Amino acid sequence: MVKLANTELPAMCGIVGLFLKDPSLEPELGRLTEGMLATLSDRGPDSAGFAVYGKGKSGETKLTLRAKSAAAMKETADRIGRAFSDANIMLHDTHAVVGVEDRSVPRLLEWLTSEASVEIVGRGKRMAVFKEVGRPEKVSQRFGLAGMHGTHAIGHTRMATESAVTTDGAHPYSTGKDQCLVHNGSLSNHNNIRRTLRREGFDFETENDTEVAAGYLSWKMREGLSLGDALKVSLDDLDGFYTFVVGTENGFGVLRDGIACKPAIMAETDRYVAFGSEYRALASLPGIETARVWEPEPATVYFWER
Amino acid sequence: MPEVDLGTTPLRTLNAALHKLRPDTNERHWIIDHPAGRHAIAAGLDAPITVEINGPVGYYCAGMNKLASVLIHGSAGTGVAENMLSGFVHVAGDASQSAGATGRGGLLRIDGNASSRCGISMKGIDIVVKGSVGHMSAFMAQAGNLVVFGDAGDALGDSLYEARLFVRGTVKSLGADCIEKPMRDEHIRALHEVLGRAGMNGEIDPSEFRRYGSARKLYNFHVDNAGAY
Repeated sequence: MVKLANTELPAMCGIVGLFLKDPSLEPELGRLTEGMLATLSDRGPDSAGFAVYGKGKSGETKLTLRAKSAAAMKETADRIGRAFSDANIMLHDTHAVVGVEDRSVPRLLEWLTSEASVEIVGRGKRMAVFKEVGRPEKVSQRFGLAGMHGTHAIGHTRMATESAVTTDGAHPYSTGKDQCLVHNGSLSNHNNIRRTLRREGFDFETENDTEVAAGYLSWKMREGLSLGDALKVSLDDLDGFYTFVVGTENGFGVLRDGIACKPAIMAETDRYVAFGSEYRALASLPGIETARVWEPEPATVYFWER
Repeated sequence: MPEVDLGTTPLRTLNAALHKLRPDTNERHWIIDHPAGRHAIAAGLDAPITVEINGPVGYYCAGMNKLASVLIHGSAGTGVAENMLSGFVHVAGDASQSAGATGRGGLLRIDGNASSRCGISMKGIDIVVKGSVGHMSAFMAQAGNLVVFGDAGDALGDSLYEARLFVRGTVKSLGADCIEKPMRDEHIRALHEVLGRAGMNGEIDPSEFRRYGSARKLYNFHVDNAGAY
């Protein structure tokens, strides 16, 4: 990819979001999201990740686990299956989505503390989170994104600038149960905020600025703010340039910094609301020719929920 | 009339064919289908041809344009007609940020809205927007005319040099060193002339616009500031 000499800052990255209004599209969610991510490979060839919100089961919690290799994941998943008779396990390459009855969650979390090589990347009623190093279309294929059903999804293609190319540096970052964040841009005061958050008892796995943004939102929500209000106050505290897309159990939100440095475009039809860093990512969606297409305003919180 | 389908023809093949055209070419009218938001479509043209694009385009469409007319039947991504030298670029839909940035000549017409930084650092291009423009438009604009039928966002004309800004609607805020100036007959005539070139004569009364320009307090060295150096 030729780097264009212009006034853009170097952090490219691509982000996408797709929120379905028409249930008949739900079997297509993964396929549509995969197409959007693959188109934005040029913006972020280093790693990719996505969160898919599928059907929730009453009384069940899903944990997404990640191991170093598919074999290691399978080995751990087998042991979880033996230890938890209620566990409903879906293997996806290096990841596994483990559904257990709500009352078994504390025991499973306790069990996992002795599994040093397995990390919990997401937790909630409906959310499953997947991320790996590699070109986005390859990453999507490894996890079988095209076959995933659901109501909404957010995704990210990363061109690393603020921290190393590792799976830990890949988005999305979970901000809480059924919540996660993808980010395009870079924060300039993430070190300072990380220190504040560490004092508040938050742990950080990486030197990544997006993990700090996710932690910041979790902190504000722990203090009682809604996600929308947490995004609003972030405009005062987070310094830098960014576009955030946040997934929640029932929808997704979008926020751009006050200068609107990073690109963002949205499309809405009777069937869906879609977000992309560029129009190209939306070009293959059904009915895009007649969709309402617009750029979200700077410093404005947008939310779509069912 | 050459017709190119970007669904099947690589973009580089199209642009290479356009760049090869000589000033006396007989292939003067090109149709491009299925642009699908691709970047740099019809950038760097240098022949008196017309290129019609049926659909939305990505970044830098018709950038560095010279002599050609580029008609976009859709919306445009970042930097449409960036650094245009001459010719005409017409966006039937909306334009993303930095439309007409650094343009030195020619005319850019946008029928929808333009996003932030429209006409940033413009140096002689004329830009006519039938909708509204976003924040930081005409930032450090040096020459040319920016005409906005709708409203302008925050910090219009910040650090402005000698470009002329005409806005018919409201201005959310003026940037540093940008002030409203009286709309005299000479400015109405100048605006009338720009609208004529944009093919919009008679669509709107030039006297409905307000004029903004540089207060010229920022870009000249002021002797009172000598002590600061």
